[in-house]
Amino acid sequence: MNIYVLLKKTFDTEEKITISNGIIEEDGAEFIINPYDEYAVEEAIKQRDEHGGDVTVVTIGDEDSEKQLRTALAMGADKAVLINTEDDLEEGDQYTTTAILEAFFADKAYDLILAGNVAIDEASGQVGPRLAERLDIACVTTITNMEIDGDIVKIDKDVEGDVEKVETSLPLLVTCQQGLNDPRYPSLPGIMKAKKKPLEELEIDDLDLDEDDVEPKTKTIEIFLPPEKEAGRMIEGEPAEQVKELVGLLKNEAKVL
Amino acid sequence: MSETTEKLFKGGAFLVEDLTGEDVITPEDFTEEHKMIAKTTEEFVVGEVVPKIDNLENHEFEHSVDLLKKAGELGLLGVDVPEEYGGLGLDKISSSLITEKFSLAGGFSVTHGAHVGIGSLPIVFFGNDAQKETYLPKLASGELLAAYALTEPSSGSDALGAKATAKLNEAGTHYILNGEKQWITNSAFADVFIVYAKIDGEHFSAFIVERDYPGVSTGPEEKKMGIKSSSTRTLVLEDAEVPVENLLGEKGRGHIIAFNILNVGRYKLAIGGVGGAKRGIELATKYVNERKQFGTPISSFSLTQEKLGTMAANTYANESAVYRTVGLFEQRMGALSDEQLKDGREVAKAIAEYQIECSMNKYMCTELLDYVADEAVQLHGGYGFMQEYEVERMYRDSRINRIFEGTNEINRLLVPGTLLKKAMKGELPLLQKAQSLQEELMMMMPEEPGSEPLEQEKYLLKNAKKLVLLGAGLAAQKYMQKLDREQEILANLANMTAEVFNMEAAILRTEKALNRTGEDKNELKLLYTQVYVQEAFNRMEADAKEILIAVEEGDNLRMMLSSLRKLTRHTPINVIAKKRAIAAQIIEAEKYIV
Repeated sequence: MNIYVLLKKTFDTEEKITISNGIIEEDGAEFIINPYDEYAVEEAIKQRDEHGGDVTVVTIGDEDSEKQLRTALAMGADKAVLINTEDDLEEGDQYTTTAILEAFFADKAYDLILAGNVAIDEASGQVGPRLAERLDIACVTTITNMEIDGDIVKIDKDVEGDVEKVETSLPLLVTCQQGLNDPRYPSLPGIMKAKKKPLEELEIDDLDLDEDDVEPKTKTIEIFLPPEKEAGRMIEGEPAEQVKELVGLLKNEAKVL
Repeated sequence: MSETTEKLFKGGAFLVEDLTGEDVITPEDFTEEHKMIAKTTEEFVVGEVVPKIDNLENHEFEHSVDLLKKAGELGLLGVDVPEEYGGLGLDKISSSLITEKFSLAGGFSVTHGAHVGIGSLPIVFFGNDAQKETYLPKLASGELLAAYALTEPSSGSDALGAKATAKLNEAGTHYILNGEKQWITNSAFADVFIVYAKIDGEHFSAFIVERDYPGVSTGPEEKKMGIKSSSTRTLVLEDAEVPVENLLGEKGRGHIIAFNILNVGRYKLAIGGVGGAKRGIELATKYVNERKQFGTPISSFSLTQEKLGTMAANTYANESAVYRTVGLFEQRMGALSDEQLKDGREVAKAIAEYQIECSMNKYMCTELLDYVADEAVQLHGGYGFMQEYEVERMYRDSRINRIFEGTNEINRLLVPGTLLKKAMKGELPLLQKAQSLQEELMMMMPEEPGSEPLEQEKYLLKNAKKLVLLGAGLAAQKYMQKLDREQEILANLANMTAEVFNMEAAILRTEKALNRTGEDKNELKLLYTQVYVQEAFNRMEADAKEILIAVEEGDNLRMMLSSLRKLTRHTPINVIAKKRAIAAQIIEAEKYIV
């Protein structure tokens, strides 16, 4: 089975976000594999171990994205592809990512593509479904369980806390939700082996794309941090008075009523 | 190998050599693999061990066994075990990083350290092929767990005074061991004990003793001040039957094993100390940012900042020093052939070359940890005294580090003792240097260092080395063979020697970083180095003065004190301002950063 994982590096969840000149400051920040993509890597490895085949992790990023790919290789993926857009693209959006991936998959044979449900940075959740659409294959999002039997795939899908049972067939793209599995730690033998596993680096030129083909369809107007949380206020008095004051504050001060 | 590199490799040579940043290995040299190994360890400790700490503190040791087996699956027990025996055979930087990250696990780090270090390494280094084949694959996977039994009720630092005995039985098949070993880490569940006993009451030897052998038992669990997450019991040997093939190393040569293993144990404790200190800084910083008094976070008070600045600068110097030692092992082992690398004794010998460095790292880093844990409690105020806070446990857990693997006092005495031995044997030109120094001091004119980064620090380092030579030279001259009775002077010399090693490690690390990535990116490293070197130099001056006053009197003393003044004359930096600058960055990051 040819299994692919779409992987994105994101800020470490411990990292403090700072913005300067309308751009998120990346200098010195620690990056990790997007946690939802980790579920995808883990699931890919488990499915490969059960059904045979190869796991290839694909990322679009810069030179530093190699670290996250090596981590996926250390977890047990077989191959990695880095599509390095550092020199070619100044900006991109979900359209850009989908267009690049579509070109990448054009000459590939794939049975199963796994992605995270969302990336924890921009949280669009678009790339997986949009890529499936472009490749014209089935797509199930937010999966929490998957069993493959021949071409038939039985899936549990999380629907706002409820479970929907879905049956579909390969080739297939799924996006992975929390609860699907427990991603393994890269073991030390895994880390040492990862050094020797193939990591291919491509530029958009290698995919017969140029800048215009992947020009973003959206424009980011402004980036800002959420307002700082202020100290809470205790409302005192009899319950009836408290309610009255609270409603008053919600109307006049918070202006939400 | 060229002569210059050979010099670099010598233990203790730092006192007489001038090095550059390129001569040492620093944390900035770690590879991506090293960082990944550190990350896996940290994720394992935080994700698997920390949630179980309350159980471990309650002595539910089935969790210790379970966690060690899980660690084994990840390869965290096999780093020092050669590949051919089921381990990974990785470098010493990898195993050091694992040790550092395990320090986050409180008392469980002692459980892990006792298994992979003093428990397994005697077989790695000194086992014969059959012993290695029998035990190492299972120790690397965690199928077997190990412990180390040297201490007895009446022999601690005086390890060779052990009373446990071994006697060959009549059939010549088994040694019969009798005795009691005390304070044995992992004893609740260990399958294999490295036990020292005297054959026929005189030949100090090491044995591999399995728990299931007839006559082997353990006493009740000890009630300890700290590291309660680790098991500590007595190992009782009552006519214990140990097969002859389980004699480890040669009969009567057990001390070779014991002392080499102690060297390794010492630098590993030092690394754990640095890891613990980093955690202490993190806990303290998060707390002082959150805690408000007088309407403001207490991190905004400059006395809080003074504490954070000192903690961080001291951590930097000790981190630099201990990885400098690890780097020395690496460089030394790089010179070994593949054949020699497979021979554990050669590896142990390479480590033993640096017993001075191991001892210095041990007392400096364990005292760093105690100091940081103490200040971290202080910064927590009354909350630091409460068990809900991690610093409370850290404070108790920290204390043992100054005691085990050779008390810090024993380690201090070893440093000048070993240096003088090396000097007598002609391995280090210490005495010649001390002699020429006395002449030099007569005509010495004070220098004014330049204002480029690190110039002042290098100037102080140069004179700091002279302070050691001055003190050691005078003491050796006056007391000669009887110097070993002057323990106070030896301790001062040990302090000064270790300060020199730390100062130099910090300077060289910062110099290397400055050369590679420039001043902008290394502002904090420079601040740490400036603060540490200044304060270490002040401490050294006091120690040196004390030695001079103890050794000399009258005109000689006045002359020596004037030499001391020449050597220590300089314009000190403003450490208060520098510590505030350090603290600003630590408070922002809420952890130790470089």
